Amino acid sequence: MKQKQFETYTAEDTQRLGQKLALLLRPNDVITLSGDLGAGKTTFTKGIGTGLGVMRMINSPTFTIVKTYHGELPLYHIDAYRLEDSEEDIGFDEYFNGDGISVVEWPQFIESFLPDERLDFIFERKAGDKRLILCEPKGEFFEYVCEELAR
Amino acid sequence: MKKDNETMILAIETSCDETAVAILRDGVKLEANVVASQIESHQRFGGVVPELASRHHVEQMTIVLEEAFRQADMTMDEIDVVAVTEGPGLVGALLVGISTAKALAFAHQKRLVGVHHIAGHIYANRLQEEFQFPIIALVVSGGHTELILMKEHGLFEVLGETRDDAAGEAYDKVARTMGLPYPGGPEVDRLAQLGQDTLAFPRAWLEEDSFDFSFSGLKSAVINTLHNAKQKGIELKQEDIAASFQASIVDVLVEKTFRAAQQYKAKQVLLAGGVAANRGLRTAITTKFADQNIVLSIPPLWLCTDNAAMIGAAAMIAYQKGNQADWTLNANPGLDLEMYGKR
Repeated sequence: MKQKQFETYTAEDTQRLGQKLALLLRPNDVITLSGDLGAGKTTFTKGIGTGLGVMRMINSPTFTIVKTYHGELPLYHIDAYRLEDSEEDIGFDEYFNGDGISVVEWPQFIESFLPDERLDFIFERKAGDKRLILCEPKGEFFEYVCEELAR
Repeated sequence: MKKDNETMILAIETSCDETAVAILRDGVKLEANVVASQIESHQRFGGVVPELASRHHVEQMTIVLEEAFRQADMTMDEIDVVAVTEGPGLVGALLVGISTAKALAFAHQKRLVGVHHIAGHIYANRLQEEFQFPIIALVVSGGHTELILMKEHGLFEVLGETRDDAAGEAYDKVARTMGLPYPGGPEVDRLAQLGQDTLAFPRAWLEEDSFDFSFSGLKSAVINTLHNAKQKGIELKQEDIAASFQASIVDVLVEKTFRAAQQYKAKQVLLAGGVAANRGLRTAITTKFADQNIVLSIPPLWLCTDNAAMIGAAAMIAYQKGNQADWTLNANPGLDLEMYGKR
């Protein structure tokens, strides 16, 4: 597995990284974001939205579980926080094969529904606004994406 | 019985957790209002816990429909319009309601109307009193925090919305940090009544002219405060944490609503969504608008949480505007409120 590590120092940095990622993705790609509350997952997703040309405000999907946005590709912002211990399939295939980009927060709660090939990001809070972002590709294409993102 | 000049609406809502059906006369008088979770709490149909999966909506739909027709003492013959939430929401969940509505409307040759879920929350207020425009609506729930301007029926302008967490979500996450069971919003509200705003949490006003909200910083501030206190061995009163947190959220919600009402010369201000049930918010907004010449509408709790009555109320306006759907009506999980109003 070819991991890459990124450091960001402001919310804008984190957003820019997401924006750069968006340009490397294809329809039906699945991205997962792990990390504590306030680690920058939604900020990163805002960046992906900007990169995809989403005009609407991207905010937390925790309660609604999925928020759908229209950009050059559809963006499915999924938060599995409320699905802990439920084992429920809320129709993930509709999203993962819905010709858009799926961004999944709290992916550990829906592990069995996630595709094998995907790109995992792990966010860690450091002092102040500093964030350590680990990129873990699953599959050849995402190794390429990860490398391109680091260039 | 229905008179000839009346419009009878059957409304269906399945956008999230609740399977709900209502029947309304002219979009303002409720003949039946059934929410699946309420039926279950009466244990008439066994103790099935409502869940998110669409199959739960499928299982409950006919039961809820039958109960609604029983409450209203009506049959499908007396219905003129079948209304259904078409978005936003979970696609699988929405599709259950939409398929049901289409099947009923097609089989019985009724008119079909698609409704925006948030338009529904706003129109819940019209079941209480007629609207007076311009209106400023504060929609606060687990999934939404939005300030909306309405200059006429069925038209919506989003003045501001949350940039990160919804207000209800901030409540639930802080409750979890405090060790309260999920969903902890109502419990934080209860504790807040017993405590004092002693911790001076930040208020996120954002840019001076902005009607947007941000509650993520507040959430972090509460988590950090609890963490630091624990490390220093200081015991904070749960009641004071709740009261301080609630004061910070309510201050911003009420002040921004007030500013929007002034700026747009609102004749009516209305609350909508699940957090409208919050006592701290109700008290603060009532006090703030007490000496204003503005009608303040706060719906009862059963109209704040997800229901189909509100969908029927909003559908009446869409129907009167001629916004009927055809048989291609589909789930629209990313439906935009402003676009919906301009149809």
